[in-house]
Amino acid sequence: MGPSGAEHNNFPGDEVELVLRNKNVILIVLIAALFAVFPLMVTSGYYLGILVIVGFYSIVAIGLGLLLGYAGQVSFGQAAFYGLGAYAAAILSGTYGWPPLLALAAAPLLPAAVAAVIGQPILKLKEHFLVLATLGFGILVYILMKEFVDLTGGPSGYTGIPYLSIGGLVLSTDKQFFYLVWFLAFLTLVGAWNLVNSRMGRALRAIHGSEPAAEAAGIDTARLKLKVFILSAFLAGLAGGLYAFYISFISPSPFGFHASIQFVLMAVVGGAATIWGPVVGAFVIVGLIEFLRWAVPVVLPKAGGEFEIIFFGLILVLALLFRPEGIMSHKRRKQRSEPDAGKEAAGTCST
Amino acid sequence: MSPESQLLQYLISGLTLGSIYALIAIGLVVTFNITGIFNLALGEFVTLGALVSIALYAAGLPLIAAFALAVLIAAALGAVMERTAIHPARKANATILTLVIITIGVGIAIRGASLLIWGTHPYILPPFSEHAPFTVAGAVVIPQSLWVLGLAVVCVAALFAFFEFTYLGKAVRACVMNRTAARLVGINPQRLSLAAFTATGALGALAGIFVAPITFATYDMGFMLGLKAFVAAILGGVTNVPGAIIGGFLLGILEAFGVGLVGSGLKDGLAMIVMILVMLIRPTGILGAFRRGA
Amino acid sequence: MGNWRGIVLVCLISVTLTFFVAGCGGQAGTPEKETEPYKIGAVIDVSGPAASLGVPQKNTLEMLVADLNAKGGINGRPVELIILDNKTNETEAVLAAKRLIDQDKVLVILGCSTSGTSLAMIDTVQRSGVPMISHAASAKIVEPVADRHWVFKTAQSDILVADKIAAHLKSKGITDVAFMSMNNAFGDSGRGSFMTAAADHGLKVVVSERFEVDDKDMTMQLTKVKGSTAQALVVWAIPPSASIVTKNFRDLGMTIPLIHTHGVGNQTFLDLAEGAADGIIAPMGKLLVAEQLPDTDPQKAVLLGYLQAYQAKYGERPSTFGGHGWDAFQLAVKAIETAGDDRAAIRDALENITGFVGVSGVYNMSAEDHNGLGADSMVLIEVIDGKWSLLNP
Repeated sequence: MGPSGAEHNNFPGDEVELVLRNKNVILIVLIAALFAVFPLMVTSGYYLGILVIVGFYSIVAIGLGLLLGYAGQVSFGQAAFYGLGAYAAAILSGTYGWPPLLALAAAPLLPAAVAAVIGQPILKLKEHFLVLATLGFGILVYILMKEFVDLTGGPSGYTGIPYLSIGGLVLSTDKQFFYLVWFLAFLTLVGAWNLVNSRMGRALRAIHGSEPAAEAAGIDTARLKLKVFILSAFLAGLAGGLYAFYISFISPSPFGFHASIQFVLMAVVGGAATIWGPVVGAFVIVGLIEFLRWAVPVVLPKAGGEFEIIFFGLILVLALLFRPEGIMSHKRRKQRSEPDAGKEAAGTCST
Repeated sequence: MSPESQLLQYLISGLTLGSIYALIAIGLVVTFNITGIFNLALGEFVTLGALVSIALYAAGLPLIAAFALAVLIAAALGAVMERTAIHPARKANATILTLVIITIGVGIAIRGASLLIWGTHPYILPPFSEHAPFTVAGAVVIPQSLWVLGLAVVCVAALFAFFEFTYLGKAVRACVMNRTAARLVGINPQRLSLAAFTATGALGALAGIFVAPITFATYDMGFMLGLKAFVAAILGGVTNVPGAIIGGFLLGILEAFGVGLVGSGLKDGLAMIVMILVMLIRPTGILGAFRRGA
Repeated sequence: MGNWRGIVLVCLISVTLTFFVAGCGGQAGTPEKETEPYKIGAVIDVSGPAASLGVPQKNTLEMLVADLNAKGGINGRPVELIILDNKTNETEAVLAAKRLIDQDKVLVILGCSTSGTSLAMIDTVQRSGVPMISHAASAKIVEPVADRHWVFKTAQSDILVADKIAAHLKSKGITDVAFMSMNNAFGDSGRGSFMTAAADHGLKVVVSERFEVDDKDMTMQLTKVKGSTAQALVVWAIPPSASIVTKNFRDLGMTIPLIHTHGVGNQTFLDLAEGAADGIIAPMGKLLVAEQLPDTDPQKAVLLGYLQAYQAKYGERPSTFGGHGWDAFQLAVKAIETAGDDRAAIRDALENITGFVGVSGVYNMSAEDHNGLGADSMVLIEVIDGKWSLLNP
């Protein structure tokens, strides 16, 4: 990549990244190929099923990673968007008889629209208030899923989701879903890659570094943050729609607060400000759940319940303390700590 | 039951719920005042207070001793949390957002640990007094509610006295106003932060002990209670202790009348809507203007 | 730096994938048909919110399979039971079902313990053509039968419970009733069934209220009931909510009859209600009052046998939920005895089981009824002095 435009001048790091880009493209192709042959080697629907779920989570986590790592905003209500997408896909295809593929395509629009409406005011909030507002929004949506019984089936859940079919091909096996989901996940990844290396991506990083500075440089920060928020909701909705067709039965319970925490965890553990990070985070967290499910009964036969959240909590704290940029980052962007240095004093007593 | 006594009954239910929210919200506001952080793990300290005291009581300790020990344990845990998670993060110049997410992490870790220790089974704590419920103008009052109400009053009085009449209290207020200036006159904000987390641990546990006879104690009791306390605090203006208390009562009454007159399904949703709206429209809380005038 | 990261990433993913691949190897090779065990799978809510239902089921299943194998198994072949925990989580339930079907190649799946998790698995078993016997209550699990070809269940359907309650209220000359339910799948489907049953028996539901699973105070809803013309209150919930309602009910000094459901059929309910439960009436499976049943009851011998065996092994009284597991296992065994290794034949055999005496009732399966229980599978009980006692009609 040669000198490809004046706008790169402000970011010395970009030249390095542009050189790396070729290598990363090869990497993506390599891993995509690995994924492509994987189902041919595996006959177990169980492991394929887990990987399909990891695919859903990856798509959500990539969106959240953009929001968290690049726009510097957080959402503890991402499961709500995931759920809205799932219900939209289910209800459009099941109740209103839309062709499943159309319903799947339309599903992400609902959470994106909701994000567009609530994002405007909510993203003005800072820190705690942003956390609480998104968390409250997530709980609110969860309650509405239970309350609109006629539409959603209420707490008993929604049955009667048709098979997903693409041009006459009915998707009913894990293998087919595996290809579909990971195809979309890679597409999302490539899209996110292009985004962060575009002008908008640099503007986002500028916001994350220092919002007032970015604003002073003429970046419309509010608008940019809103765009990323909508994008993250769209991606969560897409994953939700896929989930609905895959499981073919949905109820409010997978879209509660725990799921939102899990998504944040995936983004944070993997490293929100890296492209691969959230995907690795999804693998690590799901792998951890599977590992704990095997290991804990061995160590503590009497243990029951979702106690794995102990580890989630600890990992979240440890990751933020020791690897705030996630396991996929190699201590990058050391200069970041400088603008942050003054924040403690400013932030703690600013009320 | 006459419509009047029905309304009175809703009011009493609302005050009971409200005093629970208010009690927890006090702890919240105290930490926020001192440290600038919302301790989102607070609800879990409520759980700990209830479950630890029940476990100690079951182990044969007298009720009062069990309470005292449970509060101490929770306070110690609050201190540990500050030292191991909050303090190092601050040293590493973490943003406020990171700190808040850390408190959530601590919260879910505590919840998981409670689940591991106590399971999903609900536990009972005997009420503090053996009186039967009594009637006021056709509405029924449960004695334990009066205990919770009483504790809220005592806490407020104690905090008021602390902030107004003690040196430490004045130091805290100084830090709230200007951290740098406070440091200049020899007040150590770090030590105050430790004290604040310790105190909120204790306050949360105390609230848990008082509400347990009404609600039963389960490993997950704290989450919703904690969240409602945030709503209360935000309603009252996050830096304002009397505001938090009034916010708690308002929320409780709102919920009670909401259930009574509208329907029960959307009760928790109502609380979330109120919280979001207040943050957006009146971030200083409904009482904020009185206090700050700005 | 980027290179290093890339290499780590490729390694990480390859290792993970290899792990998965390795994990599902070793399935090849088919041992001798005659000695190969019959494989039965179970997906149980062993942990999570419904653990109190799932744990006795897991215990019961483990006890039964050990007994069966000690006696020589089915047709001389041992039985291998694979129990998976779904953590009361629907996604996990589906994954577990897939694992049992694809990896373990089980003949039949038992479970889940709750309606939500059971409903979640239905589509998977329908697509794969594997018989499933749920332990949960909701009638939606086996209806409409046309879409539930492979699905059976052992717990009494809500509509049986609702009918029993409505008939009892009617016989007491009550016309106006209040209804309260918890806002989850259990309460929600109970609500639907009770509304139908009430209409069938000419009862008027004057107040209908809900409360959240983690609500701590139901005084508000009860105040509404108190202010209405209701002559009885029906509460569709499980502990601890059911216990809180009962306590609040007594605290408010309410005196109308309080009717609960089979959801409160465990000691936890009584413990938490602390005496407030005295006087409540509820329809229950017979296990709770097995000793009090008349000797003429066809189930008495089976019930006492299960009670003794479970108590001897685990040192505590089994719950009715454990009984649902007992029935499911025995039905599966009975079907495999006649049908052998063929999933479709097992399904057909299940559908043709009649007169089977189980813990939850006498099963008469048919192509129209995949539950097979009648009104005689439940009895009304009253709590007297903190004990369950059979209410004589």
